[in-house]
Amino acid sequence: MAFSRRDLLRTAAAVPLSTLAMPALLRSARAETPILVGSLHDQSGPIAASGTPMVESLKLGIEEVNAAGGLLGRPLQLVHYDTQSNIQMYSQYAQQLAVRDKVAVVHGGITSASREAIRPTFNRFKVLYFYNVLYEGGVCDRNTFCTGTTPAQTVEKLVPYAMTKGPKPAKKVYVIAADYNYGQITAKWMQKYVKDNGGETVAVDFFPLDVTNFGPTISKIQSMKPDLLLSALVGGNHTAFYRQWTSAGMKDQIPIASTTFGLVNEPSTLNAAESDGILGAYGYFEELTTPASTAYVAKLKKQSPGIPYISELAAATYEGFYLWVEGVKKAKSIDRMAVTEALETGLSFDGPTGKVTVDHATHHVTRNAYLAVVKDRKWDVRETYPDAKPQDTAAVCNLIKNPRENKQYEISI
Amino acid sequence: MPASLTLGLQALAILAAVALVAVLPTYLELFTLMQLTLFAAMAVLALSLGFIWGFGGILSFGQTAFFGLGGYTYAIAAINFGDSTNAILLAILFPALFAAALGYFVFYGRISEVYLGVITLTVTLILFNVVNSTAGDAYTIGQARLGGFNGIPSVPTFNLPYTPDAVLSPEAGWWVTGFALIAVYLLMRLLLASPFGRIAVAVRENETRAALLGYDPRLIKLGVFMVGGAVAGLAGALYVNWGAFVGPTIFSLSLSAEIIIWITVGGLGTLIGPVVGCVLIQYLNAKIGSQQAFNSNLVLGVILVGFVLLLPKGIVPTLRNGLAGLGRKARRRPVTESAARTQIVGAE
Amino acid sequence: MAGGRIVALSDSREQNPLPRPDDAMDLSLIIALDVVNGAASLFLLCLGLAIIFGMMKIINLAHGEFVMLGAYATVISANAGLNIWIAMLVVAPLFVGLVGLVIERCLIRFLYGRLVDSMLATWGLSLCLIGLVTTIFGNTINGVPTPLGGFQVGAYRSSWYTIFLLAMALLVMALVYGVLRFTRFGLVARAVMLNPGMAATLGVNPAKIYMATFGIGAAVTGLAGGLLAPVSGITPVMGTAFVAKCFITVVGGGAAIISGTLSAAGLFGFVNQLGAFLTTPVYGEVILFLTAILLIRLLPQGISGRFFKGTL
Repeated sequence: MAFSRRDLLRTAAAVPLSTLAMPALLRSARAETPILVGSLHDQSGPIAASGTPMVESLKLGIEEVNAAGGLLGRPLQLVHYDTQSNIQMYSQYAQQLAVRDKVAVVHGGITSASREAIRPTFNRFKVLYFYNVLYEGGVCDRNTFCTGTTPAQTVEKLVPYAMTKGPKPAKKVYVIAADYNYGQITAKWMQKYVKDNGGETVAVDFFPLDVTNFGPTISKIQSMKPDLLLSALVGGNHTAFYRQWTSAGMKDQIPIASTTFGLVNEPSTLNAAESDGILGAYGYFEELTTPASTAYVAKLKKQSPGIPYISELAAATYEGFYLWVEGVKKAKSIDRMAVTEALETGLSFDGPTGKVTVDHATHHVTRNAYLAVVKDRKWDVRETYPDAKPQDTAAVCNLIKNPRENKQYEISI
Repeated sequence: MPASLTLGLQALAILAAVALVAVLPTYLELFTLMQLTLFAAMAVLALSLGFIWGFGGILSFGQTAFFGLGGYTYAIAAINFGDSTNAILLAILFPALFAAALGYFVFYGRISEVYLGVITLTVTLILFNVVNSTAGDAYTIGQARLGGFNGIPSVPTFNLPYTPDAVLSPEAGWWVTGFALIAVYLLMRLLLASPFGRIAVAVRENETRAALLGYDPRLIKLGVFMVGGAVAGLAGALYVNWGAFVGPTIFSLSLSAEIIIWITVGGLGTLIGPVVGCVLIQYLNAKIGSQQAFNSNLVLGVILVGFVLLLPKGIVPTLRNGLAGLGRKARRRPVTESAARTQIVGAE
Repeated sequence: MAGGRIVALSDSREQNPLPRPDDAMDLSLIIALDVVNGAASLFLLCLGLAIIFGMMKIINLAHGEFVMLGAYATVISANAGLNIWIAMLVVAPLFVGLVGLVIERCLIRFLYGRLVDSMLATWGLSLCLIGLVTTIFGNTINGVPTPLGGFQVGAYRSSWYTIFLLAMALLVMALVYGVLRFTRFGLVARAVMLNPGMAATLGVNPAKIYMATFGIGAAVTGLAGGLLAPVSGITPVMGTAFVAKCFITVVGGGAAIISGTLSAAGLFGFVNQLGAFLTTPVYGEVILFLTAILLIRLLPQGISGRFFKGTL
């Protein structure tokens, strides 16, 4: 193990950080051993497009905290592993972070499968874990904090808006989604909200992540003649749907609203004709013009000029990191239970997305939701919904009553 | 070298391996031990394909089908029984039976080599697709929710036989995995020394000749394939015990290909080669993710291409031949390895 | 959504009675078009692999990455201002063909006759190419719009590009057939394919033929990538979605390059698309795979080994 991770990281991250920092402020801090912050994100393979901005966000947060004198008088140091879009690597590096590096906290996991693979490891070895990605909801685990949005926070806003504000009021809705847990559960929520708003779902279709030819589906959608298409397609291959949809001339016939479009890079990959007018709802958009948001985007772009689109994933990672920092500050310790209890008091942080508050009962967060429409390959933010609560998870999970609970609920609707 | 001396040396090597497995926890830190546990579990998987490919001449592109079935069987059974003992047994039995069914279909249909590869690959893809779409409460076996893409988290790890409360520590988990690897290796050695093993090699060398001598090649191949399936199933259970998690990516194509890579890197037609190749590549994979300078895919790709061009026979045979060449020049090359290679090259 | 994946909810039926006869006819026309289109894209995607496998017995696991390179070549040159048609019909095949030649010279030529080693090396090559493209272009690239518009069949719409793809599949097929059947190169290539030793005694240099064949296979694959670029999501890892399916199709088709690939692509494309329309895309794939297994069980030499013996 001559070529060790530490050598590399020291040269790659820690050295520039400590040289940049104000010497006077940091002299005392530097004498202390650094607090290690673990990071597990994919930087190669299919999920790399999501992972890269998340790591950059985390680096930015750490740099800021160090520049301000560190945490509890100690500097922070990032311990990052590239999980290579491979679940086995997640398990392996999770053990490495927990057992060998003994990090204080881990931020990471992108797909739900990766989260479920590493969550037990952090429980077993008692390492605090933050999952900063929008997902299907339902994780109920006192050791884990989920800071991304869940379907109830975004779908609830998206569906009524799309049904009423479209070219004509939509009654018949067609749902297409990626065929795995996220897509299936999101599709259920879509159906629920369609029904709640007086519409009906004419069909639901699921696609494996490697499907690239959507010809038959487009025909099928046409045969059903819906007024609105709700999409929860995921990943690079599924981007093909929007192109084939446009090339069949369907773009102006049936409007699309999505909970996944634009999460990674879709608007910048597609051209305006293919993406204009698509509605989306997330916890964050890069185009948000609040001062906190513009400052965050500017800092991130300065740190990493080639950074892809900064989506909710990156913003939630940044905020998840800062929530942990707030927890440590309040607890005056990096001890897992002390920080957990501090966070459970309902700590909040004002981040680029607005105010983010930890919910004790679910270990999820109350955060703003935004609704936007694609215009000339950018998101045009139309609506802000302050303080959206993770109601889906709250319906099944109460960690105040059952703090020992540890599972992911399949939320039945 | 006289046969008795070789045998004695081998016995000594095995004893040394056993001793090493036994004392390692005293000397290594916990994380290294856990990583070795993973490597050992994967090495069992490597042995399963190394056996059927190197000695049965059967190249399966879908060894992960049995590995994954073993993993899922173990997870589902362990959740339902609350005890790991029978779950492990089932994880060996079920993939073996599945291998029997698939093998019957393939070998008794007299399907030739490349086509066999395609069929095993396809079966793996089907399993992946099917398991991947089992999200939701409807897909529950007993108390175990299959979980679709998210997989089954928090699978109970190994416990002392039939005492569910005595869950093994990571050190004990290492012992179980390490000894399982040695046991599988020994079992295969014995099997290869037995009449069955010799006939299997004969079938690999020339099916028609073996048939004319009165053996049924189909039956022999089926037997070899089943052993491979059972061992891969065991590897699956060991793997799930290591990570306490199983998900559909266990069936993934890239893992299937990786097993083939381990064997080619280590050396086909040997038993130690697959183990060496597996540990080496796994170690490399783990190292690559810790650096940020280069894209991981790029590094791994360059290494693989380099290996094929510079060390085509694999590490173990190259080393062995090198040593043999240093020793006595007239020494006969090991038949098994070179013959296996020609066999496979001639397969299409 | 357990169980039934495509849920036509019962009450929707009442408001949405069965389609009128002419509507049903339009629908079946559109579905037929989808099915043919599926088969045509599969054929385009597989042909390059089939050329390389059929002529040289090399299984190129970097096939998907050749498709990816073709798509990238198209997108990058189109974004640089080149006409989209030139980008996909000229730049993509030329670029990937050249890459193929370089790879053949530096790598593949050492591996003839070593099926498994060639798979291992091309697997490594595919990882290299993914890593290289990611390093250079990142994970995101601005795609190109689909040229040509849509057209109307009764109440349904489809795109002209679908028809164009179909035409291109036919054209490429005719071209490859023509080259193999009527040119001197084709004759020599077929001779080398049948018996390299004999061809060599007759004064042909098999190494040159192999090199050219690999280049042509790569170029055809690059063309397929270029043609699919406007209707695909373009990422460095897009190729992985194709490899397994192409591999199964080519082997299922058997040794004859055109008739084998065509029949297998036709069968699998048909089964997949129809299955996807009638059930769901997931089961569409499963049905495809089951068909492939049954096919190989029934015809262990592939389709062409049984029905089109001695054809191209």
